[in-house]
Amino acid sequence: MLDDFFVRALLAGVGVALTSGPLGCFVVWRRMAYFGDTMAHSALLGVALSLLLQLNLLVSVFCVAVIVSLLLLLLQRQKALSADALLGILSHSTLAIGLVLVAFMTWVRIDLMAFLFGDILAVTRQDITLIWGGGLVVLAAVVYLWRPLVASTVSEDIAEAEGLKPERARLLFMLLMALVIAIAMKIVGIMLITALLIIPAATARRFAASPEKMAVFASLIGALAVVGGLFGSLHYDTPSGPSIVVAALVFFILSLLPVTRSNRSDGVTNKGVRP
Amino acid sequence: MLMNKQADPSTSEPLVELKDAGVYRDKRWLVRGVDLTIRRGEILTLIGPNGAGKSTTAKLVTGVLRSDEGSVRRAGDLRIGYVPQKLTIDWTMPLSVRRLMRLTGKLSDVDLDAALAATGIPHLIDAEVRHLSGGEFQRALLARAIARRPDLLVLDEPVQGVDFAGETALYDLIRQIRHTTGCGILLISHDLHMVMAGTDTVICLNGHVCCRGTPETVSRSEDYQRLFGGAGRGLALYSHDHDHTHLPDGRVLHGDGSITDHCHPADGHHDHDHAHHGHDDHDHHHGHEHSHADQAGETGRHA
Repeated sequence: MLDDFFVRALLAGVGVALTSGPLGCFVVWRRMAYFGDTMAHSALLGVALSLLLQLNLLVSVFCVAVIVSLLLLLLQRQKALSADALLGILSHSTLAIGLVLVAFMTWVRIDLMAFLFGDILAVTRQDITLIWGGGLVVLAAVVYLWRPLVASTVSEDIAEAEGLKPERARLLFMLLMALVIAIAMKIVGIMLITALLIIPAATARRFAASPEKMAVFASLIGALAVVGGLFGSLHYDTPSGPSIVVAALVFFILSLLPVTRSNRSDGVTNKGVRP
Repeated sequence: MLMNKQADPSTSEPLVELKDAGVYRDKRWLVRGVDLTIRRGEILTLIGPNGAGKSTTAKLVTGVLRSDEGSVRRAGDLRIGYVPQKLTIDWTMPLSVRRLMRLTGKLSDVDLDAALAATGIPHLIDAEVRHLSGGEFQRALLARAIARRPDLLVLDEPVQGVDFAGETALYDLIRQIRHTTGCGILLISHDLHMVMAGTDTVICLNGHVCCRGTPETVSRSEDYQRLFGGAGRGLALYSHDHDHTHLPDGRVLHGDGSITDHCHPADGHHDHDHAHHGHDDHDHHHGHEHSHADQAGETGRHA
């Protein structure tokens, strides 16, 4: 069954979507969309360095993403420029340096489009092992860090005062983001990773009554988008990465349509229900 | 966790002890030279004008901010319940009151219900936090802090936005918690009734500890009466304990009759905001509203 490229693509894509769901929720809650974008864009620099220095691609992308996020924290402390501007600078300059480096390396031929927009159909068995293995590590870490992460999203001060070490949670969260970017790169590509993080989470918001449910729904909606997008890509012969993002967008738009719901928790309607 | 049993405040180990603590940010001291001790069963209230460093001091106590000088000692394994002055939640996160109650730790349904009942919002248990009114939200935050049975409650203006009847009830609750659980409480409050009737110690802050004392001495003071006559400027009522008087030219007349340029010549830092002096060399400290060590809000209001 794994011999079929399409089955491999499905497995890989679903694995990435399940992993990125909960992380995507934090990206949305903490308004880190641009931050995620910046880390993702730095992945191309990671790719170039891996080719130049003959390093493992995954390790190289992961390291560059971590370094860029640390650099950002450092620059932010100086307060000379707004976080927004710093993100813009880092995001585009790492992307540009990556592209320039690749152009210099005339001796290597790389498929830039595959890195930028994903090449899910070229997924190998090894990739699938990596995605599911790495994904499980990420999800286990998210579960472990869940309370401090949610608490510090609500209030950094409360989390700190009540002993949840939000600083540590935030740092580990960035490592997880870097890991997800490294393993998701092949599936949707550098340019579209943030979309896979954000759109399913934003779609899940509508249906979720708690942070936990939102995280689970985001994973499931992401997986659905992958399946839908891949079948669409097969059917219409469109590029797989963008097709997945378009499918996610369709789900998001559907979620905006007015639906009558019975379990709205408004408090007012629930008055006096509990003893 | 430390056990919360009734204890004699005067003899028990302090929960928190600040010695000469201060916070230095953006080339100035937000607060400096703070000495305070909170023990079990004790309510310590911080008062002072805007920008006096009340919230900063609360953050020193909770460990949100580290002291840039002096020392801060907390009892080992100190369990804190914190109601911050400001809290903005990104409403993309779905959060019910029930979930908020379990924000930083596990909590049994019984304790959860009891805390919500105590703060008067048992009917809102399944309400989304973003749909709460300001007063209801404060009640939920207070309930959350209480429910975890802390050794030390740090309440930074806990009843802001709560209606008048509710305010009295919540202050009664705060007093009662101290008796039933024996926890220590650090309270920042503008409510003079609470300060007078429910507090063991009042510390008046204005960049440094201006004065301290029991509420009884405060309530007897002329300054206190003056405030209720509407003439005082808030801070004046607490000058009961002042060992110094500010002269019109900015110098300070001390209790022993000596006159110096500052209240505390040793630290060279002086932040009084009394109504009766407004000379220029203090202006860089006065009139600013931004000393809450609230870094996010710092830049916008500086100009």
